[in-house]
Amino acid sequence: MTLDRRSLLTGAAATAAAAVAVTAGGAEGAVKTAPPDAVGLLYDTTLCIGCKTCVVACREANDKKPDTSNSNGLWDAPLDLNGQTKNVIKLYKEPGSPVRSYFKAQCMHCVDPACVGACMIGALQKREKGIVTYKKEYCSGCRYCQVACPFEIPKFEWASRAPLMVKCELCNHRLAEGKLPGCVEVCPRKAVIYGTRDALLADAKKRIADHPDRYRGYKDGDAPRVFGETDGGGTQCLVLSHVPYENLGLPALEDTSQAVLPRSIQHGVYQGMIAPIALYAVLGAVVFRNKREQDKAGGAE
Amino acid sequence: MSAVLDRPAPLGGPVLTKGTRALVVLAAIGVAAMIYRFAAGLGGSTALNDGYPWGLWIALDVVTGTALGCGGYAVALLVYVLNKGEFHPAVRPALLTSALGYSMAAVSIILDVGRPWLLHRVAIYVNHWNTSSALFEVALCVMTYVAVLWVEVSPSFLPAWKSGPPGLRKTLGDTFLPVIEKALPFVIALGLLLPTMHQSSLGTLMLLSGKKLHGLWSTPLLPLLFLISCLAMGYAVVVFESTLSSVAFRRPREGKMLAGLGRAVAPFLWAWAGIRLVDVAIRGKLAFFAKPDGYVLLFLVEMALVVAPAVMLASPAKRANAGNLFRAAMLMILAGALYRIDTFIVAFRPGAQYAYFPSVAEILATVGLVAIEILVYVFFVKRFPILTGAEPAHAAAASQVR
Repeated sequence: MTLDRRSLLTGAAATAAAAVAVTAGGAEGAVKTAPPDAVGLLYDTTLCIGCKTCVVACREANDKKPDTSNSNGLWDAPLDLNGQTKNVIKLYKEPGSPVRSYFKAQCMHCVDPACVGACMIGALQKREKGIVTYKKEYCSGCRYCQVACPFEIPKFEWASRAPLMVKCELCNHRLAEGKLPGCVEVCPRKAVIYGTRDALLADAKKRIADHPDRYRGYKDGDAPRVFGETDGGGTQCLVLSHVPYENLGLPALEDTSQAVLPRSIQHGVYQGMIAPIALYAVLGAVVFRNKREQDKAGGAE
Repeated sequence: MSAVLDRPAPLGGPVLTKGTRALVVLAAIGVAAMIYRFAAGLGGSTALNDGYPWGLWIALDVVTGTALGCGGYAVALLVYVLNKGEFHPAVRPALLTSALGYSMAAVSIILDVGRPWLLHRVAIYVNHWNTSSALFEVALCVMTYVAVLWVEVSPSFLPAWKSGPPGLRKTLGDTFLPVIEKALPFVIALGLLLPTMHQSSLGTLMLLSGKKLHGLWSTPLLPLLFLISCLAMGYAVVVFESTLSSVAFRRPREGKMLAGLGRAVAPFLWAWAGIRLVDVAIRGKLAFFAKPDGYVLLFLVEMALVVAPAVMLASPAKRANAGNLFRAAMLMILAGALYRIDTFIVAFRPGAQYAYFPSVAEILATVGLVAIEILVYVFFVKRFPILTGAEPAHAAAASQVR
């Protein structure tokens, strides 16, 4: 009995110490940065005229049918991203003022995406150039990516009996052929442009420096800044806006990705499976001893 | 130690009674709802949507259902780790309830995911394993634990098969019983390790949803709170189930042992309430209380549901009172269920454009699964030695059969 308790306590203490040690070690390296060849988009609301040509081009590039559910089957009018829409232009009207803004909703291609942290066997992963891509053969449709995404981007094919997740993959199939993403190729005003994240960020900052009055920050009154430079640990798709980002429906996020903490916990506790194996060894020893003792006391089982 | 002398025995008697016939009807309706889910797809049969991708099946059937299935875990902790043999009579019924609860959760996962025929890939695509994902860990652990639980339950039916007429069952009994009896301590240890891992990770799950989860629920301590809570629910379920089956099957109540469980559970309740309150205070979340809203109210209800049973179980006299103990157990179950449903649905706020309330098919499937669970439980306790009773149940059963 004494021996049991002692071995249990020593084992538990060792396990706890191991867990703490790896948590501390794991947390340091837990913050991720964009790969050096990271690409993305820069969308500037001051240039967008809301023509929605990008919405049509996106459908053609990704082989998605027009969404006519809001127009009696007459024309393509998605109200939001959905199981057949990877890119949509929304309109923001400022109450009691003539101020208007369009907003291009699509996957932000996070530097450290929560959806990728969620995905059990990597159907969603950052692949070439940091683009968050989807491989359906690894997706069982659990929808944890939807729970995780702070931008509410991944959409599910709810009507299908073999549903897939649908989200912008930055037209990686077109990029592989040396073409531009569909939306970028057709934009008549260059409101959305494609490039490396570094180049786009420099461009965006230059626009703010050249026209500090034109752009805004997250909230009304905030200094102008680029959305996505640091938001949620940074995104590869960046936004510039003449109305506060808050009004465009972009979420208020920390500068650290929300994927970091759960990852530190998982990696900290389970690194190398040391803690679980140690705990199992202790439990095994204690149970074996106690059960033998009890079986003896209770007669042959 | 009189309990040790009482061997578990089958209750005997017909499985189909007035009560179980009603359950069969509910089960049949539930199965129809499940078939409808696959025929109509998730969009056609459920109220789930892109904002609320997880609903009743995940929050109640899986997350709450497996916590209710922690009776086996909680009792094994007392009996095999803390070496408290007096709780031995609770082991078999608790393990059976756990095996059933986890099996039903597994069925719910198959209902809930979009393409269940690919689920096995989570286990076998080893070089794709995402060890950052709490859901991945939960999936692997739950798959393994369902098997572990049935192995733990098997000593209640394998001996009967072994001594039965020749056939598949006898072969299974002859082959596996000796192996399982030898391996049991290590299976039991696995049955202690796995729930420790995945019940805490069920809390980690919602940590990834970031600010979509209300500040009063989102905390790095979610895994710890979920772990403590599942143990409290485990003890509560054993009290609940044992009390109900003593009434339903007119058996003597294990009063002393249940009072002991009431004593064992109290520290978990106090710990949970204390940790949650201190966490909220330390992390500056008390500001929410300055402007009380529905969330603050829910938080307070959750706290009250945990503190109330802790107070109700504070003295030996109160714990010895069967009615009081039963009511406390019900409150604990309610507390754990509410905490989980809040964390997964109510305090999860994807955006004003989304709303969720379970569809009829979702509710009927859940009710059906619970009905099936109870039916299988009744079948098991009547046919196999699960419950320990003072009466020699075989004699009564034999006379009824004749």
